[in-house]
Amino acid sequence: MSAENLKSIENAIVEALKIAETRLPADVLAALKKAYEEEDSALAKTQLRAILKNVELSEKHSLPMCQDTGLHTFFVEVGVSSDINPITMIQIIKNAVVRATKEIPLRPNTVNPFTGENPGDNTGRYVPYISFDFVEDSKTRIMIMPKGGGSENAAALGMLSPGLGLKGVRNFVLEHLAKVADKACPPITVGIGIGGGADLCMKLAKKSLLRPIGVRHSDNAIAKFEEEMLDAINNLGIGAMGVGGKITALDVHVEWAHRHPASLPVGVVVQCWAARRATVIIDESMNVKIEGL
Amino acid sequence: MQYRMRTPIRDVRMLKVGDEVYVDGEIFTARDEAHKKMMESKEIPFDPSAMPLFHCGPVVKRVDGRWEVIAAGPTTSARMEIFEDKFIEKFKIKMIIGKGGMGERTLKALREHGAVYAMFTGGAGVLAARSIKRVKEVYWLEELGMPEAVWIFEVENFGPLVITMDSHGNSLHRDVRNRVMDRLKGMVAEHEG
Ligand code: SF4
Repeated sequence: MSAENLKSIENAIVEALKIAETRLPADVLAALKKAYEEEDSALAKTQLRAILKNVELSEKHSLPMCQDTGLHTFFVEVGVSSDINPITMIQIIKNAVVRATKEIPLRPNTVNPFTGENPGDNTGRYVPYISFDFVEDSKTRIMIMPKGGGSENAAALGMLSPGLGLKGVRNFVLEHLAKVADKACPPITVGIGIGGGADLCMKLAKKSLLRPIGVRHSDNAIAKFEEEMLDAINNLGIGAMGVGGKITALDVHVEWAHRHPASLPVGVVVQCWAARRATVIIDESMNVKIEGL
Repeated sequence: MQYRMRTPIRDVRMLKVGDEVYVDGEIFTARDEAHKKMMESKEIPFDPSAMPLFHCGPVVKRVDGRWEVIAAGPTTSARMEIFEDKFIEKFKIKMIIGKGGMGERTLKALREHGAVYAMFTGGAGVLAARSIKRVKEVYWLEELGMPEAVWIFEVENFGPLVITMDSHGNSLHRDVRNRVMDRLKGMVAEHEG
């Protein structure tokens, strides 16, 4: 990677952060508009109208759509045949977050849990969190997910008895969301990770939130489970901003891994209406492209 | 019902759960630290009774010697539950604006002191900021920092605010929670049966 390549990747990440923070992806926007059409509770409709108005204003004035600009998670899929050096990549990503914090601007959100110190630039120990996967591809994809505190606080881990099976998973998710979904600025998107272990199911749940709304899991049985969960969550009747209504969730995404025979880990990660994301794609000749909308 | 109200707001007994309100005039922000500070202070440099209290930690920028509000959505009100009944009593608050609703203690204080709780759409920070016309004053900025300081905003058509807790003992948050829990019970039982 030449110095020029590095600079153009860094610039693209700053630009992608800006797109993510100020504009909603088309699928999310369409889903919010559809929710507004379909909702029949007048109170919930008022909330959805305010959200849509807010999104329109933030795009028009290039301002972050929510005052909580979040912490940033980066899911990087490195193409094994590409020329990318992951160590360099970590540095570029950190630089880009520091720059984006100043240039957009973003709220400085990283706090030392022991001292309360805030570095002021959205970086710090282990943050931004960068997760690397290696894929059979010549392209490298850097997927960016800014996520606010309100929605992150609605996450949960369940270590269920395997005997409870999928019904147990369903009930665990519903019981949890019935208690907390109203605090995560609904309409929400729900990521569910099943299997693996305590850490892996949480990661799978979070990563599944990158999948566009309306796109089902490639496995039919899992796709059906996603649809059933979406119906069930909406039947709780929490509604936009918890005022009561028939649209609580825009979608449910499920991912899974094989589990230990003695455990059934379930990770639930919730995204708020401000379901922000953007992707930077680097091809084999180091051409850089942003996919945000 | 829809209302457009100008501050000072002194009587809110006509407001009921479900009403939509837009406010013109002045509002002040206070989150955890400002609540503490104001409860402990002997004298307050402004009159809080004339203004709605907004649970908000805004993002504000200094541009050419003036304050510019970038984003000012509501913060989660539940954190203020520990102070709010006393706060309402001490400062004669008539309207609280926040998100997520508050608990039984606050609901009781609203009834006793003829006040309401209104919800502003969570996360809609730009929408809120656009109707803030001017920062009139800021108190305790050095001491508490930007999000925790008390900001006095001049607002125009600030809303939509939905009344979710009124001065007659009604709470939409409580009602929705009860309904959701009922439905949950049915759904879980149905699946087990
Ligand atoms: S949950 Fe989302 S929309 Fe709500 S305040 Fe947090 S980041 Fe903003």
